[in-house]
Amino acid sequence: MKRTLIILVSLLLVASLALTACNQNTPTQAPEPEKTEAPAEQPAATEAPAATEAPAAPAAKTVTIGFTASLTGKLNVSSTRQNNGLQLWMDQVNEAGGITLADGTVVTFEPKFYDDESSKDRVQELYTKLATEDNADFLISPYSSGLTAAAAVIAEQYGKIMITTGAASDATYKQGFALVYQAYTPSSRYMTGAIDLLKNADPDAKKIAFVYENSKFSTGVVEAAKAYAEEQGYEVVVFEGYDPETTDFGPIINKIAESQADAVLGGGHFQDGSTIAKQLFEKNVESVKYIALLVAPPNPDFADLGDAAFGVVGPSQWEPDAAYTPDFGPTSEEFVNAYQAAFGEAPDYHSAGGYAAGLILQKAIEDAGSLDTDAVKAALDAMDMTIFFGNIKFDTTEEAHGLQIGHSMVYIQWQRDDNGNLVKEVVWPLNGATADLVYPIGE
Amino acid sequence: MGSSGLLTSLVDGILIGVIYGIAAMGLTLIWGVMDVINLSHGAIIALGMFIMYFFFTIAGLSPFIAFLLVAIAGLLLGIIIYFIAIHRVLNAPSLSTLLATFSVNMIIIGLGTAFLSTSPRNIDFSLGKIHLGGVTILGTRLVSALIAVLVAGGLYLFLYRTRLGKYVRAVANNRSAAELMGIPSTQILAFSFGLGTMLAAIAGALIASLLPFTILAGGAYELKSFVIGVLGGLGNPLGSLAGGLILGLIESLIPIYMPNTWVPVIEFVLFVVTLLFLPNGLFGEKE
Repeated sequence: MKRTLIILVSLLLVASLALTACNQNTPTQAPEPEKTEAPAEQPAATEAPAATEAPAAPAAKTVTIGFTASLTGKLNVSSTRQNNGLQLWMDQVNEAGGITLADGTVVTFEPKFYDDESSKDRVQELYTKLATEDNADFLISPYSSGLTAAAAVIAEQYGKIMITTGAASDATYKQGFALVYQAYTPSSRYMTGAIDLLKNADPDAKKIAFVYENSKFSTGVVEAAKAYAEEQGYEVVVFEGYDPETTDFGPIINKIAESQADAVLGGGHFQDGSTIAKQLFEKNVESVKYIALLVAPPNPDFADLGDAAFGVVGPSQWEPDAAYTPDFGPTSEEFVNAYQAAFGEAPDYHSAGGYAAGLILQKAIEDAGSLDTDAVKAALDAMDMTIFFGNIKFDTTEEAHGLQIGHSMVYIQWQRDDNGNLVKEVVWPLNGATADLVYPIGE
Repeated sequence: MGSSGLLTSLVDGILIGVIYGIAAMGLTLIWGVMDVINLSHGAIIALGMFIMYFFFTIAGLSPFIAFLLVAIAGLLLGIIIYFIAIHRVLNAPSLSTLLATFSVNMIIIGLGTAFLSTSPRNIDFSLGKIHLGGVTILGTRLVSALIAVLVAGGLYLFLYRTRLGKYVRAVANNRSAAELMGIPSTQILAFSFGLGTMLAAIAGALIASLLPFTILAGGAYELKSFVIGVLGGLGNPLGSLAGGLILGLIESLIPIYMPNTWVPVIEFVLFVVTLLFLPNGLFGEKE
């Protein structure tokens, strides 16, 4: 009895582990679409004011924005910030009285969202519900490339426009989708700037070690970065993925030390990125002069690592210091102040991405002057604007429709201010830099 | 890889392995005494991490003093969990205790996510480094490993050299007979469960002093504990320590020769092979 039970439980645990592993690469299977048109997409024409300057009150319409957020599970932190950013946009638009369409209808927005538990399976189920039962007019993606890939299939099948944010992987936009639009700089251009930065700082550095999380996003980023590095004449001495559940990076770091790498690039999400930074610092790998990691460094909490955070470079979709002159929406400073007032913390790029997704949708509806999917799609295809988040322009070719081609990354580095406190400085691109790169990292 | 690299990996494996061993000891002790598979083990490891974190950041205590307080908190927590969730279903079919401990797990993770979020935390604490030949050993790792060995030794002495320890072993061996001899089995069971969670919390606290963690971080160590428990023999505390060492060495040495993603494959193959051919573990008694 005792033995049977332990064998049973053990096998279940192993099976669940295997399932989780498989799940990461399982292509998403979309449910059959129901060919029902969402009702009340357009306000009844008779209700719209017929003539300009009509004394009658303009027709009002509430547009439902559907999305999921990872309120629980491992994506909870970044997803919550993204969600806050989106909520802030919606509150501000509604407070300002909404958007007026070409026919005079005043549109305000209403969120409809669920907790996706950081799970791809939940995302498919919930986006189907949002598209059918909840009749969402427009969709915003969940956080992370993996969840967004699952959600995008549903958006496309039900003919809903989806603005994706927090989802950098290129692959989603290369499946022939027509209604999915990306706010973030795609993975293929995520780390290339970090290599340019290294080249600029030290033309003699030749060996790069790539260690990265085995996830859709990180793998996409490092594969593109590796190709770029090799093109630039670098020797890739370590190229190794690790399981998302990895707790101790000591063995991988020993391998890096052995390879005499000049630079370490990679990472994945917050937990693994901060652990790598901490252990690289503790093990004091002498050859390593430059560390650039995904996602973790731009997060303000990265400073909790103390000395281990110093010198670490990270690509960021947006930084408060990045000085874009917006031709639509608030300036960075206005966004930062409003966010701080609403949520009591400084926004990071996930927060900015959430707000930016809302702004993109708002601009498209305003340009289209209508809520009609085809009209809004045409406005998105034609969009070329600068907002506080950066330039926004979408690829309109058939091969990569919706891929972000306007926006680009900034690179930050953790440095010390005059009082010895850790601060984030923008170090690349040079024309937007707030400080020089600290190089090599040990000094 | 050069000899110093190999030696570094070897030392790393031993130092982290004994901590894995402590975590597994908590799981196997509870199993050995009361046939309960504690599915809240990982959540309690994570709680141990956070208790340590708060003692360190808010109360400003050194992690190695805070760890004593974590141990006491772990013991009390276990006794409370025993009386609330385990005691009434102890004699019910095994599925009931599995569900009960899984519920405790869900409650801790749910409350933890709500109040602490899944943000990683880090204890920024250093004890310097020791250079021995070509090998660099971190002070915190060395002290944590020493504490783990002391805890394991202490547990052994407790179980085999004290009256209370004898009671625990008696209840594990034959509860009815122990009761007939006048041993208060309910108290002993509650105490044993507390001892198991105490070990989990200590392991969590020690890991927290080495690596960043989140409220969800315990799951990975729970899984490791199962593997170690099976390797070392369930219910055998010293076997757990040895099993932990084996796992630590696999994790540090395998990546030298092949991609590190092979580590779980090898661990679980070993796990299944041990279950099939040595069901009492590498160090267990023959049936």
